[in-house]
Amino acid sequence: MDLSSPHPMNKADGASKEHMMDQLRQQIAVANATELLQKLSDKCFKKCVTSPGTSLGNSEQKCIAMCVDRYLDSWNVVSKSYVQRLQKERQ
Amino acid sequence: MSFDMPTKSNNVDHEMQQFLMAEQQKAQIQQQLHALTDVCWEKCMDKPRDKLDYRTESCISNCVERFMDTTKAIGVRLQQKYKEM
Repeated sequence: MDLSSPHPMNKADGASKEHMMDQLRQQIAVANATELLQKLSDKCFKKCVTSPGTSLGNSEQKCIAMCVDRYLDSWNVVSKSYVQRLQKERQ
Repeated sequence: MSFDMPTKSNNVDHEMQQFLMAEQQKAQIQQQLHALTDVCWEKCMDKPRDKLDYRTESCISNCVERFMDTTKAIGVRLQQKYKEM
């Protein structure tokens, strides 16, 4: 992620500050989406395309769709457990 | 993902500093979630099916807890080792 923006941060007025914040949020969102896509490709390729043929077969495509759904489910389970744990440790 | 935090508060105004710190913390949590999902997927997921079954789900949440316990235990162990040096 490129954060070396040429904007001088010290003299940012309200509007350009908002703009910088939006830009940063957007860059982080893109970085997150990219990371997720990479993980999904890696994981679902491993699970579903065991011996790559000349095209993706029907069952491979079905497997990929389920794999994506289950990975997102897993993400949510992890997220819930992780946040609960962080809260518990903060007490 | 990491970026240098501004150290001199007079260089960056207070609101911006707060914003950057909050975003950095969020990004770190996201990063940790990516890593944990990766590790626990490898441990717990067999063939992806049409639903996440109960067994896999509890495996994943145990996996998260034990991974964090492991990190903690390693921290303790390293501290002991460090004292011995």
